[in-house]
Parts: sequence; structure tokens; C-alpha cells
Amino acid sequence: MANFYLDNKDLQIQFDHPLMERIVALRERDFSEKELYDYAPENSEDALDSYRRVMELAGEVCGEVIAANAEGVDREGPHHTGDRVEYASGTKENLRAMQAAGLDGMSLPRQYGGLNLPLTASIMTNEMIARGDAGFQNVWGLQDCAETLREFGSEEQKEEYLKRTVAGETWSMALTEPDAGSDLGAVTLKATWDEERNTWLLNGVKRFITNGDGDLSLVLARTEAGTSDARGLSMFVYDKKSGGVKVRRIEHKLGIVGSPTCELVYTDAPAELVGVRRMGLIKYVMSLMNAARLGIGAQSVGTCEAAYREALKYAHERQQFGKPIIEFTAVSELLNEMQAKTQAVRALLYETARYVEIYKQLDALSKDRKLEPEERQEMKHYSRLADAYTPMVKLFASEYANSVAYDAIQILGGSGFMKDYPAERIYRDARIMSIYEGTSQLQVVAAINSVTKGVYAEQIARLGEETFSEEMQPIANRLKAQNEKFNAMLAHVESIEEQTPGFKELHARRLVETAGHLLMGLLLASEATRHAEIYTTSARIFCRLAEGKISEAYARVMSATADDVALYRTQQ
Amino acid sequence: MKSLNIVVLAKQVPDTRQVGKDAMTAEGTVNRAALPAIFNPEDLHALELALRLKDRIEGTSVKVLTMGPQRAAEVIREAMYRGADGGYLLSGREFAGSDTLATSYALSCALKKINPDLIVAGRQAIDGDTAQVGPQVAEKLAWPQVTYAEEVTAIGEETLTIRRRIEAGVEVVECPLPALITVSGSAPAPRPRHAKRLMHFKSARTASELATESQAYVAERVAVKSDLQIAEWSATDIDPDPTQLGLQGSPTKVKRIENVVFQAKEAKRLSGSDEELEALIQELIAAHTIG
Repeated sequence: MANFYLDNKDLQIQFDHPLMERIVALRERDFSEKELYDYAPENSEDALDSYRRVMELAGEVCGEVIAANAEGVDREGPHHTGDRVEYASGTKENLRAMQAAGLDGMSLPRQYGGLNLPLTASIMTNEMIARGDAGFQNVWGLQDCAETLREFGSEEQKEEYLKRTVAGETWSMALTEPDAGSDLGAVTLKATWDEERNTWLLNGVKRFITNGDGDLSLVLARTEAGTSDARGLSMFVYDKKSGGVKVRRIEHKLGIVGSPTCELVYTDAPAELVGVRRMGLIKYVMSLMNAARLGIGAQSVGTCEAAYREALKYAHERQQFGKPIIEFTAVSELLNEMQAKTQAVRALLYETARYVEIYKQLDALSKDRKLEPEERQEMKHYSRLADAYTPMVKLFASEYANSVAYDAIQILGGSGFMKDYPAERIYRDARIMSIYEGTSQLQVVAAINSVTKGVYAEQIARLGEETFSEEMQPIANRLKAQNEKFNAMLAHVESIEEQTPGFKELHARRLVETAGHLLMGLLLASEATRHAEIYTTSARIFCRLAEGKISEAYARVMSATADDVALYRTQQ
Repeated sequence: MKSLNIVVLAKQVPDTRQVGKDAMTAEGTVNRAALPAIFNPEDLHALELALRLKDRIEGTSVKVLTMGPQRAAEVIREAMYRGADGGYLLSGREFAGSDTLATSYALSCALKKINPDLIVAGRQAIDGDTAQVGPQVAEKLAWPQVTYAEEVTAIGEETLTIRRRIEAGVEVVECPLPALITVSGSAPAPRPRHAKRLMHFKSARTASELATESQAYVAERVAVKSDLQIAEWSATDIDPDPTQLGLQGSPTKVKRIENVVFQAKEAKRLSGSDEELEALIQELIAAHTIG
């Protein structure tokens, strides 16, 4: 009877975070919905209790159904028949289970049938799903599209599509094209207004579309003929029932096999404009992508958890030289670092989810009434943090998913290389995570501004001033000492950048990662102050890891000279 | 068929799948305190069968009847999370020490008062494994019974067609109503709890629970919402013959308890030679494990 919520103290602790009170207050306003919906809470305590119960339910579905189906789904994969996609039988069963448990549309407002649960809860559900089957997280997690529609769609669109999301319809996000991957401004799928049919019609090709044959899609298309950049793009909602889209092929992939990746051909496919023209990429897709990045962060953390647990279990069971292999330092060192990475990046993930939640809720509130000056200040504060933390989570979580999955196979040894254990599937699944929804390299581009503008530095300083337990104070002090190196690196980079543009770009990843190591280290020390029994070991180990990584970055950056820019641009 | 009033018989049982060293008391009975209390697994299959009828026949209601201590109300809430409309808790000192005979007597008295069209029960409970209570209830009510049911395959005007799992196959029977069905573990798996129902019915309380409720908002909510009020009956509510209740009405006596240690080894290691494999195949055929 596996329950992925109840067996994971880390997740439970996230609901005890001090910021959750504020989140509940914003989510539930004055608890007025209790008069309208019998499942709406009466007060903060009631709300948090309900959230936890739903997480327990989600944990059960993930542990009992989704995890159990993962192997079969990986083996069977989706089918491409005619112009359509048919899910693997286990995927269908997973979708039925999520619907039967009433978990679809979890964070959507109650007026559309949703549960109005905070982002923390839906992110956590995504994490637990991914722990069971990373590929299914793609299919289910794309419900996030409905969130974007809630933010920018018309009332009629919300009434129609949000309710259908709650009823279990699936989504896709059709952005990428053969010649527009990371560079979405180059999208060419054409949208033309048809006066006669009184609708927009889509024509063109999309490629690498996850769950592309889903019931509903958000589609990025060019409405402004003659343009060739981001400003000519608009966003549409396409309903599969309208017809006009064929699945030309599905990809055969290394991992996340259960998640169908489609090439789509649009032929006069009717679609509705979302929001206003020309804002498609500039505003809506940016918001959608940020949400999706957090989703991949959750998928990655769930993958870390799955890999770590496989390795831990095996290390206890496997006997060599007369004892379980976990008793060998070489193995236990790996396991401890795997756990420290998982817990550190999880702390960062939920911290980010809370920041995103607060600013989005305040933004929603601002549409109903004028915000008080301190609320406006609060919104600005959290919006800035959300922007800084989101690429950081995506970067670290996806890289950790890869390294933890790699180490898991190492611990399983030859057995880990075989299809007999889930470790190899987890390893294959992890590989895409540092690529899609923006590669690691692009996350660095998104995060570097927050380095130079001092957003991370402020946060590192704020966290450093927290009150730590006696045991954690030395850890915090050591991390603060590392912060000196961060400042020195930044000063060095900026001084050379002035004369030699490109120097900052060359070292951007090292700067961003250093900020991340400091942030995660301090976050863990802070968590270990509140929950010593869960986080102390990880906080101490992560501090060692951070010191090593920062020292390496420091050595690389401080020894670098202006001519390195040309050196690393050598064309082979 | 017109709408049905269905009662599901459910029991809260110690989770005997998680047996530790203190699972039994010195007296040879199950040590309930040492094991987590759960919804008897086959009763969940019974609930699922009832809920599927509710899905198919408009206006049908499904209520749970359970006998046990105060905490057994949790079984009723569990059923409500999954789709049941409510339930009855039969609780009190008079019922303590009941064997299957006294239990089925007490349940039958309560059922006469409820007067359902259909009773659905799990085949047996994992704590006693007797499979007696369902059939005994049917006998006491003088109703037809269909045991080992897996699925209601057709709903007639006045009858249900039921597929039952029997040794070496299945049997399809037709049964008039009212009737009692016991459901085997091979029936469709229970549906999960539903998030919205979970958030609402978490506040459902019996009168006794309400009396000791520490959260004021829960008490207020239950007071104004009748669907959150779980009926709680004592012996006086079901008009019984007191001599047939509890310990007094239970002829079953535990005479002796024996510890049985399995002699056979669970694992056998073969080198993989053809002779050994051949011998193993012969052994398995002889034991009717295969073939």
C-alpha cells in the first residue's frame, strides 16, 4: 500500500511552512465560498487540513496506480493509428484514476468545478506523479494550460474549457515547429481570420508537441502577415472536436516513452484567439513557459526521489563481501549526496512555488479591487523572486535528476543496467529534463540578470540573517564565508566584461550555479533548524558539496582572462 | 427497475496483512490495539458493487451499516468519500463480545428497521475469515442470498442477474429482490476516494463523536448539515431480544490456541540442470500447482 505523500516527510513539511498561512488567506479571500460549495473551507486550519487530505489521496493514486503502471507504459508506449494517438493502456488507466479521485483541475477555481488548491499542492502532485511515472507527469501536468487560460482567456472560454479540464480532458501546448525550437519568435504556423466562417483558421506544422493529440491545445501562431518576429504571434485555444489537425507521426524516444510526442499538421483548423493579438509569445507564452518550467522542476524532483529510493532499497538488500553494500563508504557517500541534492532542490522548488503563488494571487486580486500600497509592494517583491527562482529550479532540478539517476544505476551496478529494475527507465526519462522547456543553457540566460541585479545576493543575505539552530549556525557561517567568493567572482567578471563583452556570458553558468548552491545550502540549514531530524544530515552534506562546487567555480572564474572569450569561441 | 435502497455491511478490521510479533493476545484473540484499523478489503469490493448499481439506477441510495466501537465510524466516512450517501453505526456495550451469530442477529435487527431493498456485504473479513455473517443475516431475514458475487450483469424489472465466482469457474444467477449479496475479492477494485467528497465528508460525525469534538467549526457545520450526521444506534434503537446480543448471545468459545510453524521451506535452490527441472515439473504436476 504505497502512498507517495505519507511516506515522504519532506512533502508533509512543505505544508507547515510559515508562508502557507498567507497563501491560504489569498486563495480563500474571506472564506466566502463556504456558503456556495460544501467542500470549501471555513478557516485557515480547515483549508490546510483539506489540502493535506487531498495530497494523501493523490499520494495513494500515485503510489498504487501510476507507479504500478509505469513499467507497462514504458514497454507498450503510445500508438499512432491513422491520424490519431492512442495512449498505452496504463496511461488510460492513470487518467481514469486521477479523474475518479477528483484530482483534475486541482488548482482551478471552484466556480469551474476545480478544487482551488494552491500551486504548492498541484506542484506536489506533479512531483508525486513523476516519482511513479515521469512520462505521465507530462500528460497530466499539461493541465497547467488551463491555468494560463484562466489568467488570460475570456469568460466564455473559461466556462467552456476550464470545466472540461475538471472533467478530465487533456491538454497540449503547441509551440515548437521544425524551425522554431528554443527560438520561438520564428514560429510560422499561420492564423487567418475567416470572415465567412467567423473564426480563425490555423495552417502549418508543429513538431515535438507533447500530448499533441490531447483534447484541448494552446497554439502559438502568426496572425500578423508579413512579420517574422515575436511581435506577430498570438495565442489560440484549439478544441480537438473542431477537427482540422492530424497527427503525422509520433516520435520514438529515449525516455518518457508514455508521453506521446507528436508532429501535427493543421489544415484550416478552427481556433479561438486567447486574449489579444500580438501578445501570444511576448506575454502569454512567457507565463505559460514559466509555469511549465516549474512543472518540469517538479517532474525532476520526483525523478530524483524515485532514483534515490531505488538505489537506497537495493543498497540495503544487496550483499557483497558478507554485508549489505550500503555499509561501504563509497556507496553510502553516493546515497547521502543523492539525498542531499534531492532535499535541497525540493526546498528550492516549493519556495519558488510559494513565491509564484503569492504574486499570482495578488495579481488576481488586483483585477477585483485596487491593491493597498503594501500589497502592491508585496506583489512586486514576490514577482521578482519568482522570476529569479524559476529558472534556477529548472536548472538544478533537471541536472540533479540526471546525476541522481546516473548514480542510482551505479549503485545497482550491472543490475541497474538491466531492464529488470526501474533504474534504467528513470535514467532514460531524466535525460530530457535538462533539455525541454528551455535547456539548462537557456535557464542560465534567464537567471543571469538576477545575478547581476543582486536578487540572489539579497536572498542569500536575508537567509543568512535568519536564526539558526546551534547545530546549523556553523553551517550557515560556512556558507556565508563562501558568499565572499561569490562576490569576488562577480566583481572579477564585471570588471573584465566592461572591456571584453562576452566574458560574463562565458562564466554565467558558474555564477548562477554558485548563487544556487548558496541559496539551497541556506534553505536546507533553515529547514534543518525547524526540522532537525529530517534535514540535518542533508544540510551538512550539501554544505560540503556546495563548498566544493563553489571553490571550483571560483578557481575557474578567477583564473580566467579576457582572451578566454576568444579561446572558447574557437570554431573547430 | 425503480430506485433501490442499498445497505452495505462493512467492518472495521485490524490490518492482518501487517502482522507483527504482538498480533495476538495471550488469550489467543487478535490484538486489535497492535494493528492499524482498516476497512475490511472485501467490504470495499461490496461497496464498489453497490456504487455501480447507484451509478446505473437513478435515485438509488447506498448506506453503510457497521457494528463496532466509536472509531468504527471511520469506515462510514471512508465509504462516504467514495460515494456512499451515509451510514449507521451500531455501537454499545451490549454488543461487546459478539461472535458471528450475535453479530448477524444484531445486524438483522438494524436491517429490519432500515428496511432496504438490497444488502451487499464482503464475502468475509480478514480478522476472522469465517464468511458467516453475510449468509446468517440473510437467513435471519429469510431473504435469498447470492454469495461470491463478482458483478451485477443485468438489471431486470424486479430481479438482478449476478455473476458469481465458484470453484473452477463462474455461475450466472438471477435473483429476486429483496436479497443479500456477498462479494468476493475478485470483483472490480474499489474506486478511490473523491477529493471533493473527502473535503466535505471529513466532518461527518456520529452523535458521540460530536459530543467530544474539539473543533468548534466542525461541530457547527455538522449541526446545520444533515448529510454530515452519521446515525448512531445503540441496542435500544433496534428493538432486540437482549439474550441474543453480545457475549450472552455468542455460543462460540475459543477452546485452545496452537502455534503452527510452517515446516516446509519457502525457497528451493536448483542448479539449472535438465534433470532437476524435469523433477520440479513432475513435482508441481503431482501437487496440482501446474498442469
